[in-house]
Amino acid sequence: MRRLLISSALLVALAGCAAAPTKEQEGAAVEDRKPDVTVDRPPVKPAEKEKPAVAKPLADKPLAVNPLKDPANILSKRSIYFDFDSNLVKDEYKPIVTAHAQYLRQNPAARMRIEGHADERGSREYNLALGQRRADAVKQMMQLLGAQASQIETVSFGEEKPRCTQHEESCWWQNRRGDIVYQGE
Amino acid sequence: MSRNGLLQRLARTAVLFLIAVSPAARAVLTIEIVGTGTTQFPIAIVPFRAEAGLPQPITPVVAADLARSGLFRMVDAGGINPPPHEPQEVNYATWRARGAEALVIGAISPLSDGRYEVRFRLMDVAKQAQLAGFAYTASAAQLRLTAHKIADVIYEKLTGDPGVFSTRITYVVKRGGRYELQVADADGHGAQTVLASEEPIISPAWSPDGRQLAYVSFEHRKPVVYVQSLVTGERRAVANFPGSNSAPAWSPDGRRLAVVLTKDGGSQIYLLDLEGGGVTRLTYSSAIDTEPNFSPDGRHVLFTSDRGGSPQIYRVPVTGGQPERITFEGSYNVTPRHSPDGRSFAFIQRNGARFNVAVQDLATRQVQVLTDGAVDESPSFAPNGRMILYATEAGRRGILSAVSSDGRVKQRLTAEAGDVREPAWGPLMK
Repeated sequence: MRRLLISSALLVALAGCAAAPTKEQEGAAVEDRKPDVTVDRPPVKPAEKEKPAVAKPLADKPLAVNPLKDPANILSKRSIYFDFDSNLVKDEYKPIVTAHAQYLRQNPAARMRIEGHADERGSREYNLALGQRRADAVKQMMQLLGAQASQIETVSFGEEKPRCTQHEESCWWQNRRGDIVYQGE
Repeated sequence: MSRNGLLQRLARTAVLFLIAVSPAARAVLTIEIVGTGTTQFPIAIVPFRAEAGLPQPITPVVAADLARSGLFRMVDAGGINPPPHEPQEVNYATWRARGAEALVIGAISPLSDGRYEVRFRLMDVAKQAQLAGFAYTASAAQLRLTAHKIADVIYEKLTGDPGVFSTRITYVVKRGGRYELQVADADGHGAQTVLASEEPIISPAWSPDGRQLAYVSFEHRKPVVYVQSLVTGERRAVANFPGSNSAPAWSPDGRRLAVVLTKDGGSQIYLLDLEGGGVTRLTYSSAIDTEPNFSPDGRHVLFTSDRGGSPQIYRVPVTGGQPERITFEGSYNVTPRHSPDGRSFAFIQRNGARFNVAVQDLATRQVQVLTDGAVDESPSFAPNGRMILYATEAGRRGILSAVSSDGRVKQRLTAEAGDVREPAWGPLMK
């Protein structure tokens, strides 16, 4: 029950600062297959149409871009990739984990889910456990960097949500990953 | 078994069939027999009297069931005029000459209420005596099930093992982004969708009484264990803890589920009391413990763990304690499933780049690899222990196959469309 309350509070908070939908990073688009979560392009190009508006009075709400969605912000990077049968967070992904840990530290109300994934080889349930272990490894690193355990839920999709569906290593590495999804997204 | 007992069984199963499942989305699985047993019992089946007028003829289904087992050879029953339907009409010399050791005869009588009486007799050709004989009352919709029941009686009389032709199987079909949990007859006919979802469904498991399925659904963007009644369609989440909830396995008394939870960190095995809802932790490791499976006597749980560095199969008393490693050959042994007699277990063993179904004897530890596909998964014993159903791939599509537990008989079940995976063979219906 407590979790539910927290999540609805966060939803309100995030809705308040959500910018117009922008094209998401490849990493964030994963599980969204339903039409109602398809990311739309803005109807007009903001850069061109905004110019004449300079003379307008400022809107009540700040035009701040959600850092979690800003393609220029490292927080928009949401996937950590792993080697075969490994849950070691590689050096190249540590800046992403660090940035999200910092965000959680600075936003104690923020909640995230880390979704672990595995490639298709082997049993579905064992792969589910491998994905879980990857998600847990990312969580553990974030905790060491100051995030609270209560801010992070780790779950696994195992081999069920491959980002790439060819039966070869060029594809499999993209499926051994942990995806970061903030509550309300 | 008494005639009444059998009729009751039939009636109850039929009710289950009718209520359990929506008539939506039918898919036919067709079965191709790839190998046969070394010794096959020669049997002749004479088309039953008045069978031709039935909406579902009986004897072709009986013959297909018996042939599919790989243990029977069909002896030509044609060209005898008039064909025998009653014991006194049988000329045993004819059947001896054709090499038949058993003969099946029978007759259909329409009843005034629109149903049918189906009578059959199994005759021993050498002894010129009846081995079995039953009469069934069945509606048109129950004729196919009646045929499977007859095949079960014949199979049991002649092999000594219970027949499993009237049992059911479940599996998951994936078509595009849609997942369907289906239940079908053991011969693949009458497939019905019991759950459809836009999110994955895995690990279906039959309750011991065959009336419920436990499974893992990702409909809430995480794995949650559900139990669904096949009688009423009612379903409830039984394990929805923080983290992942998966790998349900029923205790033989149907009161508990072994599940894998990550709520306390890591994938560990817990016992879930289905009536009270309480959970007790069964394994304690910092490794992956998953894929629990109860022994038929309910005293042990086999499971997969990588606590030794690679995934291997372990056994732990259901009361807890120190798990004992069971598999030692190879670097990847997963998905243990006890045989119905509890003496052996099927599992998946990696051999090079291949994943195959193997069986290990629990006493001698002898391992026999039964299949040779590239990616074989999810082995599931038939309730008589004679066949193992599993998932494999053909032409980049998931299909179901079955192999006899001695590796000799192989069957392939293919659906019209979609990827088929995660099979589980249902229990004998009591």
